[in-house]
This record gives sequence, C-alpha cells and structure tokens, in this order.
Amino acid sequence: MSAVETTYREALRQALIDAMEQDPDIVVMGEEVGLYGGAYGVTKGMLEMFGPERILDTPISEPGFVGAAVGAAMSGLRPVVELMYVDFVGLVMDQLANQAAKIRYMFGGQIGVPMVLRSQGGTGRSAAAQHSQSLEAWMAHIPGLRVAMPATINDAYHLLRHALTLPDPVVFLEHKGLYTQKGMLDVSKPDGPWGKALVRRPGNDVTIVAYSKMVQESLIAADMLAAEGISAEVIDLRTLNPLDDATLVQSVRRTHRAIVVTEAHQTGGFSAELSARLHELCFDHLEEPVVRVAGEDIPIPVSPALERGSVPNAQLIAETGLWLVKRQAPGWAAE
Amino acid sequence: MTDNQLLLALYRDMRRIRSLEERVSEMFVRSETAGSMLHLSIGEESVAGVCRAMEAKDSFTTHHRGHGIFVARGAEPSRMLAEIAGKANGYCRGKGGSMHIADMGLGHLGANAIVGGGIAHAVGAALAYKRKKQKRVAVAFYGDGAMQQGILYESMNLAALWSLPVLFCCINNQYGMGTRVDRATANLAFDERARAFGLAGEIVDGSDVEQVHEAAERMLANARDGKPGLLVLTCYRFYGHARMDKSPYRDSAEEEQGRRRDPLQSARDKLIARKGAGAESLDALDAEIAAEMDNALEQAIAEHLPDIATMFEDVYAPDQPKPTPLRARLSAILSEMTR
Ligand SMILES: Cc1ncc(C[n+]2csc(CCOP(=O)(O)OP(=O)(O)O)c2C)c(N)n1
Ligand SMILES: [Mg+2]
Repeated sequence: MSAVETTYREALRQALIDAMEQDPDIVVMGEEVGLYGGAYGVTKGMLEMFGPERILDTPISEPGFVGAAVGAAMSGLRPVVELMYVDFVGLVMDQLANQAAKIRYMFGGQIGVPMVLRSQGGTGRSAAAQHSQSLEAWMAHIPGLRVAMPATINDAYHLLRHALTLPDPVVFLEHKGLYTQKGMLDVSKPDGPWGKALVRRPGNDVTIVAYSKMVQESLIAADMLAAEGISAEVIDLRTLNPLDDATLVQSVRRTHRAIVVTEAHQTGGFSAELSARLHELCFDHLEEPVVRVAGEDIPIPVSPALERGSVPNAQLIAETGLWLVKRQAPGWAAE
Repeated sequence: MTDNQLLLALYRDMRRIRSLEERVSEMFVRSETAGSMLHLSIGEESVAGVCRAMEAKDSFTTHHRGHGIFVARGAEPSRMLAEIAGKANGYCRGKGGSMHIADMGLGHLGANAIVGGGIAHAVGAALAYKRKKQKRVAVAFYGDGAMQQGILYESMNLAALWSLPVLFCCINNQYGMGTRVDRATANLAFDERARAFGLAGEIVDGSDVEQVHEAAERMLANARDGKPGLLVLTCYRFYGHARMDKSPYRDSAEEEQGRRRDPLQSARDKLIARKGAGAESLDALDAEIAAEMDNALEQAIAEHLPDIATMFEDVYAPDQPKPTPLRARLSAILSEMTR
C-alpha cells in the first residue's frame, strides 16, 4: 500500500480501528470515547463500528477505570484507556506506577498487564495550568512502563499499533497541538522499528534531540541554522522507554555537540536523563556541554503570550545552536 | 425582607449571571478570550439561591463552570472578564483564566479544572474554621460529573466524621460533557449517598430559585452548627459543555424541553404573577444589568496583557527566590565555553 495524506488524529483512529479488527480482546475505555467520539476526536465513530461492549464510556472516575483496565489486562482483555489530559495522571498514578508497572515483577513474572494508556499533553490552547503539562518524566521514571511519544503522522499510527501488541503496559502520549496536523501515512511501512530513535534530518555540526511536538520545532530550527551555515542533525526519540541511546551517541560522537529539547520543565525532566547519558557516553567526544532547551520551571499560565513564552520554540533552539556552534550570542545573552 | 423582595433580589443575581455569561460568549466571538475552554452557567443561575444564603465570611470552591457562582458572590464583572481574557488586572493576573478564577478577599478559594479537585479544599477550610471557632461555612460547588469521583466520598466521610461546617453543593445540569447523568451512574438518588455517610442530603428543583434559597439557608445553618450536608440542584445545561461544543450527542427536542426549565424565566413569571414587580420594571432592571456588563466587557478588552516577566512571579511567595529563567541558565552555560 502506498502513503496517503491524513492527520495525526486520523492516523491514531485508524490504528485503533485496524488493531481492534484484528484483536477481539481490545477494548477502548475512557471519558467521552464513545458517544462524544473523544475529547479530541480520536475515537469518533468507533462506538457505531464496535458497539458499547468494546467502546466503553466511563464516568469521571479515573482511578476506578484505570484500575479496572489493569485488572482486565490481567484477565484476558487488552484495554486501551484514554485519559483525557495527561494532567489527570495525578489521579491514576497509583494504578499506573504501583500497580500496572509492578505486577509482573512483584508476582515473579507470572502475569503481565498488556494495556495502553493513551493521553495527551502540551501547551497551545490556553488551557492553563491543569490542562497543558508535559508529564512524561513522571512515567518514564517508573520501571515497568513503556512510554511512547509520536511526533509524526506515520509514527502515530505505527507506534500505537505496536503498543497494542506488547505484553506490558504502555503509556502513549500524544500532543494536543498535533491532532490536526497533516502528513503522510503508509500503513504498510513504519518509519522505523519500535524502540529505535530516528534521524529526521542528517547534519554534522550539532545534534538536536527531541520528541513529540518539539521534533517539529527542532526541524524548523535546523532550517534556520542551515541559513546560518550550520548543519544540524535532528533526532526524534519516538519512545522514551525503550530508550535508544545508541543512536544518540552515534550522532553526538560525530557532531561533538548536542542540544536536548523538551516542552516539559527543565528541572528533573527527561531532558536531564538524556543530557546525563550523553555526557556519560560521549564525554571524550564533546566539544561543548550538552545543553538543555526546555520548558520554564513554572506552571503553564493561561494568557497566550505567557503560555507561548513558557515553552521552547524553533527560534530559541536556533539561537542556542548558533551560540553553541558559532559563538554568536543572542540578544538575551547575559552580559 | 418579604418573599417578593427576596425573589426580586434573586432575580437580579440570576440576570447578572446570565448577562455576564453572554458577554463571555461575545468576548470569545470577538477573539478576546484566552482560549476556548469557557464553560457557561446558563440554565443553572439558581445557584444564586445558595450564594445569597451564604454569609459574607463564608468561603467556597467551585468547579470549572464557576463564573455564575463567583459573580453572585460579589465578583467584579470587569475583573472576571479580564481574567478570562488573560489580562494583567484579572483576578489572577492572567495566570489562571476562566477555569482557575479565585479571590481570597471574597472567600473564593478557587475554581478548579480537575473534576472534583476543589471539593476536599472546602472540607479543609471547614476544618480550619472549626478549629479557630470562626462560625464560617465552606461550600464546595461542583457538577454531577464529580458525583462519580472518589475524592467526593472521602471528603463527605471526613466532613461527617469530624462534624465540619461544610456544605456540598452539586449542580446537576444533567451532563458531564456529552455524558448524560444516567449514563454515568446506576443510581441517581444522590441524596442517599450523603445520608449513607451520615450527612444531610436534599435534592431541590434548580429551576425554582426560591426552593434553592430556602434549602440552602436551612442547610447552611445546620452546617454552621457542625451538621454538614449535600444539596443537589437539578438543572439543565442550556448550551454546550464548553464554548465550542454544539452538543451533537443530544437532540433538539430534549434541549428545547430542558431550556423550559429556566430559573430566570420562572422567577420573572412568578414576580409578575405575585405582583412583586411589573414587566416594565424588570425590563428596566435587565437593561441596567446589560449596560453594566457591556461596560465591564469593554473595560476588560481595553485592559493590557501581562508583562512576560510576570510569568516567573507567584510560583513561590514574593519574598522567596524565583525560578531561574531558561535563558539565564543557557547564558550561564554558554558564556562558560572557553575553547
Ligand atoms: C479529573 C478530570 N477528569 C476529566 C476532566 C474533563 N472534564 C472537564 S469538565 C468534565 C465534565 C464535568 O461534568 P460536571 O462535573 O457535571 O460539570 P459540568 O461541566 O456539567 O458543569 C470533564 C469530563 C477533568 N477536567 N478533570
Ligand atoms: Mg454536569
């Protein structure tokens, strides 16, 4: 089959439909996934296609239905739970981190929890402090959970399809700013295998590591840098667990410089993990310290300009790259 | 106050709620709001009956659909609208917006965008009032959706166990987003749930603001004496969940039926029938309120946006160190590069 143009939202929906057609044990559950079609429209029309036995609208009882998904996953079903906003993960962290993530291990390998928790995060809608966060670090910190964060339309489809074949719990994090974006989907051809980071743009002078929406900002930044004569390599992590540090290391040993970009807060964020690994594994190859360009360490403000100012953008990534590679200080550089 | 005087006052409160919400909607159409996550309380204005029964010293928390409650508790419409527009002089300096509006001076401990998130805060406030012997009541306002949230029941249990001056007030507008309340629970007798924990529980007709006020007055008095309760207002959410939602999940016949349960219209009809006010004087009152809200809207729109540097303020107390901005950190690293 050849590639077709579609949206991130449609690709996710298609992945769910194709997987459900193949695997009768998959059920979708969550708030507004049925009649409403999903808060961001990912499950639109699926209630009609699969019926209320497989598309379950839940009450607003997150710990209850996520816990029920864990039990169902232990008992023959493969639930896909939609958590409407990743910010609500605070409510279900016990079921995810203490239960789903640990059941296989605590019980000596007797049983797994094959479920997918889909959610979405990020800024861009003036949705304020409780509906705009990027909380992947919370989950990436927990052994036993896989974490995927697709940046492209093709990955939205294929990573979700793959997640729905895995024996262990997967946290699948989408970005609210990507749903309506268009791109090519080839259902017969994944961008790459699950667990492998991909070079989205090759380059020689600096490596930019990102995932989810920040891949796009990084690609724009690479264009800006190219105009300044700097060749930036952009790597899309795709999954945070498994974490493919080999691809990063290979790149950074060649470029000798790296910028790690996340929308999430800097302090204690996944950018810190990436930076640490690069320092550890590329120490003798680095010309400069690995630099993190991350979200400010503040709650997300509602006012649009403040919201935009609280997270990185292409401009900031490019300015950092220019400074790092060419020692050209940006306007905001402290004296 | 006579019954008619009270009803007129409640009518005025309710008209101000509706009128404000209409301006929120207009502000959105004019692209002046911060985002589109705006939840209007049109159809549930009778919450004014609870607000008016509260004393000035009482406090409250609300859910995301809290504009109406706050304006009925004395909020300045222009500063509310300014917050909804993300302006610097808004109640929360443009940080919180529609779903996080608050004003400690007016006893508003905060609107919340986590369903059920503010309920326990009212219990905690009540605990503080009891310990400090302040004779204040804290009211937790929330929607029917939160009736299925576990923290509500933990909160009810605490309130009853510790005999706290708290009133749980559920605004049952029949929907949580696209989910009609009977699709969210198998037992709609919410008052029974309260009684199961040892709280008083009552369900009142939310299209009748006098009934709401009467029940609230009584239950607030009991709460003040350490007998907490749950008051459920049965209403109908006239429009979509948020400003963009066209409610495709319910049919127009149902909506038409639901909108007939209009607390504002029924208060008006009653006032006229009971000779509490004439149609003309009510029209004049409506016009006066419309002018007030138009004014507030234009004022909010004219206000300025917050300076970008203010985003680092309020993460911690003003006398505490602020978070280091990313650009300052980058500057520190990059200026250290010597090779
Ligand atoms: C913990 C949590 N779950 C889900 C949501 C998404 N959400 C926002 S409002 C809402 C419906 C709430 O319904 P209800 O409590 O009846 O309040 P109403 O909107 O009807 O006023 C939902 C599901 C949320 N904000 N927080
Ligand atoms: Mg409701």
